[in-house]
Amino acid sequence: MKDIASWALETAKLRGASHAEARIVDERSRALATKNGRIAGASDSESLGIGIRVIANGGFGFAATDDLSREGVEGCAARAVEIARASSSVKSQELYLVPEPAAKADWASPCKIDPFSIAIEKNLDLLFAIDAALLAVKGVTLAETNMNFRRYEQWFYSSEGSEIHQTIVTSGAGYAAYSFQGTQIQKRSYPNSYGGQFQGRGYELIEELRLLEHAGEVAEQAVALHSAAQCPEGQFSAILDSSQLALQIHESIGHPIELDRVLGMEANFAGTSFLTLDKLRTLQYGSEIVNVVADATPAHGPGLGTFAYDDEGVAAQCTPIITNGLFTGYLTSRDTAAAIGATRSGGCLRAENWNRLPIVRMTNVSILPGQSPLTLEQLIASTERGILMETNRSWSIDDKRYNFQFGCEIGWEIVGGKRGRMLKNPSYSGITTEFWNSMDAICSREEWTLWGTPNCGKGQPQQVMGTGHGAAPARFRNIMVGTAYKGNE
Amino acid sequence: MLDRDQANDIFDKLRRLSQADEIELLISGGRSALTRFANNTIHQNVAEEEYHISVRSAFGNRTARASTNKHDDDSLRRVVQSSEALAKVQHPDPDLLPMPTKEEVAAANVDCGDGMVSRYFEATARLTPQNRAQGVAAMVDVAKKNNLAAAGIFSSAEIVEGIFNSKGVNAWYEQTLAEVSVSMIGSSSSGWQKANAPDMARLEPARLAEVAAVKAIDSKNPRDLPPGKYTVILEPAAVLDIVGFMFWDFGGSALLDQRSFLNDRIGMRLFGENITVWDDVYHPLQAGVPFDGEGMRRQRLKLIENGVVRAVTYSRSSAKRMQASEMDGKVGPVRPTGHGFALPSEIGEAPLNIVFAGPLEGESRTVEQMLASTERGILVTRLWYIREVDPYEKILTGMTRDGTFLVENGKVVCGVRNFRFNESLLHMLQNVEVMGLPTRSCGEESFDMVVPPMKVREFNFTETTKF
Repeated sequence: MKDIASWALETAKLRGASHAEARIVDERSRALATKNGRIAGASDSESLGIGIRVIANGGFGFAATDDLSREGVEGCAARAVEIARASSSVKSQELYLVPEPAAKADWASPCKIDPFSIAIEKNLDLLFAIDAALLAVKGVTLAETNMNFRRYEQWFYSSEGSEIHQTIVTSGAGYAAYSFQGTQIQKRSYPNSYGGQFQGRGYELIEELRLLEHAGEVAEQAVALHSAAQCPEGQFSAILDSSQLALQIHESIGHPIELDRVLGMEANFAGTSFLTLDKLRTLQYGSEIVNVVADATPAHGPGLGTFAYDDEGVAAQCTPIITNGLFTGYLTSRDTAAAIGATRSGGCLRAENWNRLPIVRMTNVSILPGQSPLTLEQLIASTERGILMETNRSWSIDDKRYNFQFGCEIGWEIVGGKRGRMLKNPSYSGITTEFWNSMDAICSREEWTLWGTPNCGKGQPQQVMGTGHGAAPARFRNIMVGTAYKGNE
Repeated sequence: MLDRDQANDIFDKLRRLSQADEIELLISGGRSALTRFANNTIHQNVAEEEYHISVRSAFGNRTARASTNKHDDDSLRRVVQSSEALAKVQHPDPDLLPMPTKEEVAAANVDCGDGMVSRYFEATARLTPQNRAQGVAAMVDVAKKNNLAAAGIFSSAEIVEGIFNSKGVNAWYEQTLAEVSVSMIGSSSSGWQKANAPDMARLEPARLAEVAAVKAIDSKNPRDLPPGKYTVILEPAAVLDIVGFMFWDFGGSALLDQRSFLNDRIGMRLFGENITVWDDVYHPLQAGVPFDGEGMRRQRLKLIENGVVRAVTYSRSSAKRMQASEMDGKVGPVRPTGHGFALPSEIGEAPLNIVFAGPLEGESRTVEQMLASTERGILVTRLWYIREVDPYEKILTGMTRDGTFLVENGKVVCGVRNFRFNESLLHMLQNVEVMGLPTRSCGEESFDMVVPPMKVREFNFTETTKF
């Protein structure tokens, strides 16, 4: 791989590039799915190619090819330089990369059981067993299951001398039961909606999820929702389970702290951010118990945002994002860090694959658990009147990340510290900073889960990236609940 | 670029390697490039060339797929072996049909309207980084002239897609596409426009930039209006963004899975009488592949006629399943329509070439005429971050974005802060007062369509944001 990269770097240099990086990626993935007792997806795929990013005449250029012959790679590098020169013809700002020492490293994510070593029959047997258990509950009209594995091996070389080899294995699985009755389609998922749980681990994750033993309860809840009361509209204390809070973090903290959004680079597509530069270390983002980090280091756990080096060769770091409620940090890259006076990138430049330009991305953006012991049941017991909401069903937020609305699959009324009747179609909405400032309790470490979001879209051409979000159940006071159905009764 | 002969050669190799009862090759890819700008500067500029080889093997009623982008002999052997190994361990699928023959494909009675013209344009394929930079420069000039910051893209692509199977199916498609999207950013407002076409000569980057700039200027210092039900004038991109969410339910598989809002509703008048919608890949303003994931040619389908859902799409398999189900006879015509996705598929099929019929002669109104007839309402440029709140009542939530205006007494008065909506598509399409002429439109929330601007009463805004 080093020879292939050297063809790219040398060609770029000869063509006049002042900086060049080559990323070679060899990816293998497997996707299995069932639907109502039938196979719904069974595919293996592999992809190999090189992406070359250069700076020439003060402009960025990127070209990618799956042709790894010398001719193909050199042609690709020349194309990247030509593109960079074209970029420099429309320029109102100077391009500057903050320094980063060259690194030589070899790292692999933790993987006890290689998921590709597991017999496919075993995977399918588990999915079909879950599928059957869901359909065994009367009233379930659709059962869906899925299991996904990926092995992502990358070689990174730069004109500054970096040589970094990383291998990351990710696994994920989940399922959903749907029930159609009358004029409603209800749904319950496990362990999370939209594909389940994903982490940077091997097949051991699948075993730990204990998928089959939850299937009956999940299916029964999907059916029971039809006879549950509609979630009321009004202001309530809301308790969010950890998976819903993880998505809340993703949308209302993770995206607005992306410095490229703040600087306007995503204005045409993903949007910008309310977190303008003047708010750094001045904005009270949340209440004093809100502590959030962006942590890509293995010490944080095997999240989808865990790595040793990002895709421009910057070492993984832990950046304090919200400290005792105060906004303290952005997600940065070498070309954006200088905007906030940083002398080093925060190591957040990531690409979907070899054929995509790395852009600023979330790593593991996680809320830290409470310091004092607090279980979910204790949190409920300390809540006089409120609504517990579990598992995301819909999510939407404006293009500066202020106004949001989330719907969940299931809710529970809390009265007098006790979990009461089931509620269907729960939803809540608010303004980001008002919401986080209303948080008055968060459960402790034993309730904390590092969730994986495998499908975060950003960039043009759009890239899908996996991000990690650690969260524990938390309580928010005076939250607007039920607006999703307002005016549609 | 990879051509049909080269693809045929790849299939011949795969076929020789195959030990399965049947084998199918889906091959897709091409060259694409995208120049991205923000703050009046090109900050990202990319190009790639790649071709995906996707092989499906079938042993009786077991099938699976394997893909690679590597074209060497060892990789081709491996992709065949992977698809076969995966297929052999599948649980039998009683609904799996043998791959179609070329005779079955040829026998499909396809109504192509006036016929399909080539969608490959050399001028688009030949666009260089310099050409795109010149287009960006023209848009940035508009921004600078108006003290705004421009952000957006100028992209171009030439793509191929082919399908070959061991029963003799052999279909090939080539197309070019150029796209421009531009946002104009002011201190308190923004404007946006986007367009694409197979022929880049149809795109006018500077004109799009001018329109976006006017929207940004006219919406500065937006007023905060209370949420509530308003008459809205939705520009075509806004219509596309929201209506696109319902067409995934227009499939036989969605009905059989009971996940469609059309379950128990086909043949009922769900929308206003002025709503008639086709799926028509052959329409002169449409683009895209004219065959499906098994090589069946796409049919022109009248999905909605005067507010009544008349037909949904089917793959070969879902048509057979529907014909054997209790729903047969209650869901309109049931036959393969050429809309199936590559197998195995979780979704099944969907119409992705939506064309709204225009208003009756004399009833069409331009956006300006809609404004002039509005006592009080909201003009919406585009919608954003739309998600489904209720799958059966088709309640969708989302935000307005990049140019939302108060209309009073027939005129745009000022910009307003962006609204959140929670609106049922059933309700919305029952309340369309007037429409304009359908145009090819593109947004970020749904696939490209031919849609009209619409004036809709009682659109349900539930909250506002801070800008």
